[in-house]
Amino acid sequence: MTLLDFINFYLVPGIVLGSIYAVGAIGITLVFGILRFAHFAHGDMATLGAFIALALVTAGMDPWTALPLAMAITAGVAIGIDRTFYDYLKARPKIVTVMASLGVALMLRSVVQMLWGVDPTTYVTGIVRPTDYFGILLRPRELYTLTAVVLIVVGLELFLRRSKWGKAMRAMSDNPDLARLSGVDNRKVTMLTWAIVGALTAASGFMLGINTEVESMMGWHLLLPMFAAAILGGVGRVQGAVLGGLIVGIAEELSVFILPAQYKAATAFALLLLILLVRPRGLLNGKVL
Amino acid sequence: MPLLDMKAVRGGYGDADILQGVSITVAEKEIVVIVGPNGAGKSTAMKAVFGLLNVRGGSIVFDGEDITGWAPNRIVQRGICYVPQVDNVFREMTVHENFEMGGFLRKGDLSAAYERVYELFPDLKAKRRNLAGDLSGGQRQMVAMGRALMLDPKLLLLDEPTAGLSPKYMEQIFQITRDVRDAGVSILLVEQHAKQALAFCDRGYVLATGANRHEGTGQALLADREVAEMFLGG
Repeated sequence: MTLLDFINFYLVPGIVLGSIYAVGAIGITLVFGILRFAHFAHGDMATLGAFIALALVTAGMDPWTALPLAMAITAGVAIGIDRTFYDYLKARPKIVTVMASLGVALMLRSVVQMLWGVDPTTYVTGIVRPTDYFGILLRPRELYTLTAVVLIVVGLELFLRRSKWGKAMRAMSDNPDLARLSGVDNRKVTMLTWAIVGALTAASGFMLGINTEVESMMGWHLLLPMFAAAILGGVGRVQGAVLGGLIVGIAEELSVFILPAQYKAATAFALLLLILLVRPRGLLNGKVL
Repeated sequence: MPLLDMKAVRGGYGDADILQGVSITVAEKEIVVIVGPNGAGKSTAMKAVFGLLNVRGGSIVFDGEDITGWAPNRIVQRGICYVPQVDNVFREMTVHENFEMGGFLRKGDLSAAYERVYELFPDLKAKRRNLAGDLSGGQRQMVAMGRALMLDPKLLLLDEPTAGLSPKYMEQIFQITRDVRDAGVSILLVEQHAKQALAFCDRGYVLATGANRHEGTGQALLADREVAEMFLGG
């Protein structure tokens, strides 16, 4: 196998998959850091986002134009879910919210299955030939996915570093008591967090859908690698989630060298166990779980 | 009329009363210190002022207005800022961002407020881009005070600002406290280092088992035999 073969058949797919995990893992890390619970409905929220995009595409929109709209709609849904379910439980122990999020996950999946059925489908049909960039083969959708991920990550980092409310989100993640003493409105930060998280889940669902297929269990299968990525990078660390996502994605693609392909998904689980044993705070020293 | 007038306050975190009638006043531009043995209710008395306690008796009047039972965020806006003893900075944010969060509720241009804080804590100016969590204990305490001063409070509450600091930093924190007072802010602080605190304050209160035991100027309390025997170690 030549180096180019390695890049084209293992590394590029690994990076594309890893970028998708990264976008989802950022959402998990934000919920963990700011709202302080493990959000099990994350994957199914991604499924919903992917299907909202599908509805828009079916209505005649170009997939990549449908993406920002689907992100906005899913952001609204995420805020609604928080208001309807999680907000009621905020005074209770966090494990109650964690379990509730599992219930929300099942509900979201059922809604998707009722509205769109259980058969896999795609945003666009037909075979797309990759373009050759000095030997590296990239399909347009892969190029767009990587571009979109870079834009999302850079945009989010700028928001968190520069804007007043982005800083308020970081403050809430860093020291919630002191943030409240400083007059930061917890409700507004919570709403903003869900808007961002909703948009990110939709993006990850859509990008998984456009690179593979759209089906009702897609998000559920994303959950484990996304959690592995968030914990690997360090809970509460946006950059860590990106790093973790890429590592998990690439590791899954490379695992076929040593394991049969059907064990691909187990790689994320193995990585998760390994991190929890060796470095429970993750690569970038996140919060203690 | 004093700036802060706390009269016969009773209350606690849950149902039990930790404070059994505490009265404290702070005048404009005065440094008042609360000392007392462990478990005397020193920090609790301060938290009562900031609305972090269930107050079941007595009254707290600030700047002519009864603030008994107000929520902390309302009290902040009224002009009292509170620096907790521990976890009092945003460790993963820069020094400057800490100050920014301190001024979160302020609208408009904050440059004068930043300038004032950096003037009080010149050491921090060079470290403005450092993470607060990477600073030394003394500098972190300065960040915590600076954050609280961003809202331009009339009264600053400091909960054991010198806990765990070396004597050198303790002296520095006391000096800064004086500078803050000279800038027009009244200060109420709780101190474990009773001797040093009484020597530097204007007036002091000695609490024991949730009630006033002694009060007077710092010098008078230092000279008092009973106070000395109680916990100053002779």
